[in-house]
Amino acid sequence: MAEGGGGHSPLEQFEIKSIFPAGGHGGEVGTFAFTNSSLMMVAALVLISAFLILGMRRGALVPGRMQSLAEMSYEFIAGLISDTVGAEGRRYFPIIFTLFMFILFGNLLGMLPYSFTFTSHIIVTFALAAMVFIGVTVLAIAKHGMHFFSFFVPPGAPLAMWPLLIPIEVISYLSRPISLSVRLFANMLAGHTLLKVIAGFIGVLGVFGILPFALVVALTGLEILIAFLQAYVFAILTCLYINDALHLH
Amino acid sequence: MPQLDPAVWPTQLIWLAITFIACYLVIWRIALPRIADVLEARQRKLDDDLKKATALKEEAETILAEYEKMRADAQASAHSVLQKAQDEMKAEAERQNSEVAAKLAKQTEEAEARIAEAKTAALSSLEGTVNEVVAAATEKLIGVKAGDQEIARAVTEVMGGKR
Repeated sequence: MAEGGGGHSPLEQFEIKSIFPAGGHGGEVGTFAFTNSSLMMVAALVLISAFLILGMRRGALVPGRMQSLAEMSYEFIAGLISDTVGAEGRRYFPIIFTLFMFILFGNLLGMLPYSFTFTSHIIVTFALAAMVFIGVTVLAIAKHGMHFFSFFVPPGAPLAMWPLLIPIEVISYLSRPISLSVRLFANMLAGHTLLKVIAGFIGVLGVFGILPFALVVALTGLEILIAFLQAYVFAILTCLYINDALHLH
Repeated sequence: MPQLDPAVWPTQLIWLAITFIACYLVIWRIALPRIADVLEARQRKLDDDLKKATALKEEAETILAEYEKMRADAQASAHSVLQKAQDEMKAEAERQNSEVAAKLAKQTEEAEARIAEAKTAALSSLEGTVNEVVAAATEKLIGVKAGDQEIARAVTEVMGGKR
C-alpha cells in the first residue's frame, strides 16, 4: 500500500514490513511472518514483564523507584475496577490489567522514533475490542441466561416504544467493539500522521523550521498523554462493559 | 492506508494472539500475585505496627495511671504521718504543760503552808514574850504581881480578835 515515488508519505510509518523472512519493500507478508509490528508486540511483552517482575524482584517493604511504579500501576487499575465494577470485579483484574499495560506499552513504544505503533492498526485494536465484546457477552449470558436480553429493553419504557427502542439498544450494543477499537486506532493514526506531516515541514522551511520543530516537540508531549489516556479509556470502558454484564441495568 | 490491506492482517492477529496471551499469563500468574503479596505484606506490617503502637500506648497509660496512684498514695500517707506527728507533739506539749502547772501549784501550796507555819510559830513565840511583857508592865504600873494564868487568859482574849 506504499505510496509510489520517492516522497515520504505520512502513512508510510504504518506499513507492515516483514523482518523474518526478510521481505522487500511492499513485498508479500506471510501469515506467520515476523514483522515490525510483531517486533513491537514482543518488545511490549518483554518490557511489561521486565517492568512488573524485575521492578518487584526485591519485594521491598519500602519500595524503590521501579517498584513504586509497578505498585502504582497495580493500584491504579485496582482502584479503577473497584470504582466502576466493585468487589465483584476483582476476578477480572488480570485481564483488565493486561489490556491496560499492553495498550499503554504499545502506544508508548510507538512514540520512539523509527519504531512502529501496533495499536495504530485497526485489526489489532479491533481484535482486542472483539475479545472484550465477546467475553463480556458470554459473561452476561452465563450469569443471566435468557434474562440477558432484557438488557435491550430500557427500564420503564412504555410498551409502545419497544419497537423503536430495542433496535436502538441492539445497535448501540453491537457498535461497542467498533467504537472501542476505532477510538484507539484513530487516535494513534491521527497523532502519528500529524507528527509526521508537521515534521515534514522542518526541512523544507529552513531556518523557520524551528516553528514546526517546536510544534512537534509539543505534540510529542501531547501524544504521550494520549498514549496514557487511550489505554485508560480502553480499560475503563472494559470495566463498564463488565459492570453492565454483571448487573445488566 | 496500510491498515486497510487485508494481506497484513493474519500475521498481526497471530502475533497479537501470541504476545497478548503470553502477556496475560505472565501478568496473571507471576506479576500480579507478587505485587499483591508485597502490598499485603506491607499492609499487614502497617497494621501490626499500628496495633503494637496502640498496645504500647495503652501500657504507657496504665503505667502512668499506676504512677499517679502511687504518688497520690504516698502523698496521703505522708500527710497522715505528718498529722500524727503533729498530734503527738501537741499531746506531749499539753502533758508537759499540765505537769509543770501541777508542780507549780504544789510548790505554791507548800510555800503557803510553810508561811502559815512560820506565822503560827512566830505568833506563839510572840505570845510568851507578850505574857512576860504584860507581867512586867502590870507589876511596874500598878505594883500587882498578876498570876501567870490570869495574864495568859487576858492576852489570849486580846490577841484572839487579831488572830
